Amino acid sequence: MVRIDLISEEMLTNMTSYEKIRMILDGVKDGKIIVLEKGLSPDEEAKLIEATMVEISSDFVGIEMESYPSVDKRSIFSKLFSKPKNPKRITIIGSPNQIKNIEKDRGRISALISEI
Amino acid sequence: MSAWSSIKEKFWSFISKIFGDKKVKIGIYGPPNAGKTTLANKIIKDWTGEELNGVSEIPHETRRVLRKKDISIDVGKSSLKLDIVDTPGLATKLDYHDFLKYDLEEDEAKIRAKEAAEGVIEAIRWLDDLDGVLLVMDATESPYTQVNITVIGNMEARKLPLLIVANKIDLPTAKPLKIMEAFPQHTVIPISALKGENIETLYKSIYDHFR
Repeated sequence: MVRIDLISEEMLTNMTSYEKIRMILDGVKDGKIIVLEKGLSPDEEAKLIEATMVEISSDFVGIEMESYPSVDKRSIFSKLFSKPKNPKRITIIGSPNQIKNIEKDRGRISALISEI
Repeated sequence: MSAWSSIKEKFWSFISKIFGDKKVKIGIYGPPNAGKTTLANKIIKDWTGEELNGVSEIPHETRRVLRKKDISIDVGKSSLKLDIVDTPGLATKLDYHDFLKYDLEEDEAKIRAKEAAEGVIEAIRWLDDLDGVLLVMDATESPYTQVNITVIGNMEARKLPLLIVANKIDLPTAKPLKIMEAFPQHTVIPISALKGENIETLYKSIYDHFR
């Protein structure tokens, strides 16, 4: 059996970046698949990769993370005068030993999930 | 940095912009074995005659950030002064067993994995100190990797210029069009860093994007 934790946008909004990263890494180390309803910000994604690399060892080989590419649909006017919209999108994270990405395109992620 | 140093830096940056002597720090990013160091070497060799680093088919050959300062790229009558920052390949996973396939001893493979992890951390920290990024993708591979998505997301959030380099177009399985379809909001320049194919177009685009 594989345990999947679906984390709502509301719960993520009430967490700090550090709390999100800790929850993800602890969950993956426990063999869980974490699905984030609204994903992480680009800065948090970079921090997650950094934190993952700090903890790499013979027993922990890192994470498999899958999300869609961002799409900036703002008009030229908006691009000039506003910040980019939050590109957070659904994200699935787990151990590389559990998640195998089969195929990915702009609108579809196809992955195999197995027990460790 | 003190407030006075910050004011001084901003003042000189403003003066440099006015008199056209601007220098930009450009990071070369991408997944392992996309050809980042081959591209860095090609740029540096073309404009200074030197080389920066060795290349290898074993992933994570570059495990420290290397910076080459004051490269002047000439395009027509104009020129752009760059610092090229070659970064280790970004990854979300690192298993020392993967290096054993390349005939490394177990101890060597473990050390390589540890150094590669440190290199990824260093590369991510450098994102805060750059003026722009050349994101190198292997045109024979799927462009939808999390590393590509994360780097592009970070550059968009920071509003910094990004140029995507679709490398290895000399190989018969290369599909640079797939990269263009994946990231239509960004400029994609197909090249072969190894063979120098379309490199002049890249230099022109570097000048246009980062000046």
